[in-house]
Amino acid sequence: MTDTSLRTAASHRSLLDRLRAWHSAETPNPAKRVQFDAPLTPWLFLLPQLAVVVVFFYWPSVQAVTSSFYLEDPFGFGATFVGTDNYADALQSSQYASTALFTAFFCLVVTALSLGLGLLLAVKADKVIRGASSYKTLLISVYAIAPPVAGLIGMMIFDLHIGPLTDLAAFFGYDLQVGINYWDTAIALITISVWKQIPYNFIFFLSGLQSVPVSVREAALIDARSGWRRFRDVTLPLLAPTAFFLLVINITYAMFDTFPIIDVVVKDKPANNPITLVYKVYLDGFKGNDIGGSSAQSVILMVVVAALTVLQFRFLERRVHYG
Amino acid sequence: MANLTLKNVGKTYAGGAQAAVSGVNIDIADGEFIVLVGPSGCGKSTLLRMVAGLETISEGEIHIGDRLVNQLDPAERDIAMVFQNYALYPHMTVRDNMAYGLKNRGESKAVIAERVAEAARMLELGPYLDRKPRALSGGQRQRVAMGRAIVRQPAAFLFDEPLSNLDAKLRVSMRMEIRKLQKRLGTTSLYVTHDQLEAMTLADRLVVLNGGRIEQIGAPLDIYRRPASTFVASFIGAPAMSLLDAVVTDGAVMLDGHPLGPVGRAAGPVTLGLRAEDLRLAPAGVPMVVEHVEELGAQRIVHGSIGGQSLAVIDTGDQRVSGAVHVAIDPARLHLFDTATGRRLENAHQRQPEAVL
Ligand SMILES: Nc1ncnc2c1ncn2[C@@H]1O[C@H](COP(=O)(O)OP(=O)(O)OP(=O)(O)O)[C@@H](O)[C@H]1O
Ligand SMILES: [Mg+2]
Repeated sequence: MTDTSLRTAASHRSLLDRLRAWHSAETPNPAKRVQFDAPLTPWLFLLPQLAVVVVFFYWPSVQAVTSSFYLEDPFGFGATFVGTDNYADALQSSQYASTALFTAFFCLVVTALSLGLGLLLAVKADKVIRGASSYKTLLISVYAIAPPVAGLIGMMIFDLHIGPLTDLAAFFGYDLQVGINYWDTAIALITISVWKQIPYNFIFFLSGLQSVPVSVREAALIDARSGWRRFRDVTLPLLAPTAFFLLVINITYAMFDTFPIIDVVVKDKPANNPITLVYKVYLDGFKGNDIGGSSAQSVILMVVVAALTVLQFRFLERRVHYG
Repeated sequence: MANLTLKNVGKTYAGGAQAAVSGVNIDIADGEFIVLVGPSGCGKSTLLRMVAGLETISEGEIHIGDRLVNQLDPAERDIAMVFQNYALYPHMTVRDNMAYGLKNRGESKAVIAERVAEAARMLELGPYLDRKPRALSGGQRQRVAMGRAIVRQPAAFLFDEPLSNLDAKLRVSMRMEIRKLQKRLGTTSLYVTHDQLEAMTLADRLVVLNGGRIEQIGAPLDIYRRPASTFVASFIGAPAMSLLDAVVTDGAVMLDGHPLGPVGRAAGPVTLGLRAEDLRLAPAGVPMVVEHVEELGAQRIVHGSIGGQSLAVIDTGDQRVSGAVHVAIDPARLHLFDTATGRRLENAHQRQPEAVL
């Protein structure tokens, strides 16, 4: 479910291209045709990839789209066609609206913080890069932690009884109640998600920084006294392609890949805790047994993600300077 | 515009075993064009970068005008630098590339526009002002880099092999252009190159570096005529001066047992320097075995050997050259060097160089 939207777009295009290439090779170019005298061979090569795409993407998404139009009996006794009722239910539900709102907020904050902090750390590391490999390794190693484990570690840090952060908050006179208080949980979710994503951004920003030609930086050194100006006017614009790529990745991360973290933090907690749309799909579908409604929600998500991706490439990419 | 003084300047890189530059003293007059020349790794760039402030100064003092600049940031030194790979800002237009430094110094919009326009006119960059560097040819990028230096109206221009990425023809024309511009602007310039031809044609004074030390400073022609050491002798001039083992006996220098002419020196072994352009093929002289001939059109370079030591002779005749020939030289054009130290030995009979026109 995670970054399917991106992956689909890519495999979709490449499949089409390959088909087109195969087709054109057959008709106008007799020299190439010789290579394809067994027309089945290319398909044979394609088969594993096609199988993966079909089994793991097309089939489930077709399923999702179909079942979004049905009301399924919770005990598995057949399904009734209900048209767009599931969609209407989801879109009109105030709970759905508040979850959507939180998801947007969560995405924004997580993306902004993990990009910002990743960049900050990368800039600092870049300054001392020689002999600072331990610093780098320390930062990057967090990336090797699987999201559920990160969630668990985070949960321990925020634990009501033994969490050091809870103790710290208490020291400052704040009663941090992760899993009970809505906004406290939100803070924990954001903190853990950001912490998990910083290393990824750090690696890319650092390599982006190091690919800024030394002489260009030196030219800037002669042209501008203030380090901040040099960063704003020269380094940052040259990092823009990296930043754009990371923006897309981070939004996807915040929307989808934070699922295990949310799961660990809010699972089996009684109160009204903040969750994202993806988690709601799972809750409604698997915990609430509302397959139809959950499918409708996931179709809506697909559309939103597709729209977001198109938007990003359309409007942001244009303002990004490449090479 | 200002004079530039380097006092006993030295540089040892952190972790570097020995000094990359040491004991460099140069006094550069206002408006002078100084070229630093030397083989790869001799410390030219290091020296230039110390002047620019891109490299810390381990030893000594650098003054630009009457300011000691050792501790100043590059942006405060009032210099402009042209890099080998141009180092243009890829995301800025040509105009912005040139204007950026001025903007940061708080110049008014009108002043910036005027200076950029002036530089664009001088360098014929007008049509490209709104393009990004990637849409320019190498030569045009080079001009933009020059323009970026010019608009600053700095106390000194620093060039680090600015022409070495250009093709041979463009290099020659840009070379002349740089020289003309510098004369016209009268800006003190320090120029690094390992191309001795570029060095000869551009410099008011040449500084020949060897292993981080100054080997010789002087006007190009002086250095050409009286190289201070075998190192300079083999570096300045093309084809390189041939250096051969010879002996002085009875006040005459003998090469392979043949006298070449009188020299005012005591008997003993010497290193003899012969420039290809001073030697000529003659009916009589020292016998030489021709090894191969490089035909250049206007002239040819005849490579051969005398007693097993190779040398080059420039010949402008049109006879075929092969086998055994004889070479002759005006004794006044012999260069003698100490065999042990490589330093120049003055030849009492050598003609003094006439005044440079
Ligand atoms: N950052 C550095 N750290 C350590 N040693 C360095 C550094 N930069 C240069 N050196 C050393 O200092 C010496 C002089 O280098 P420099 O770059 O000044 O040579 P150069 O004369 O400019 O050569 P080239 O003609 O190849 O550009 C070399 O031996 C080089 O290895
Ligand atoms: Mg160099």
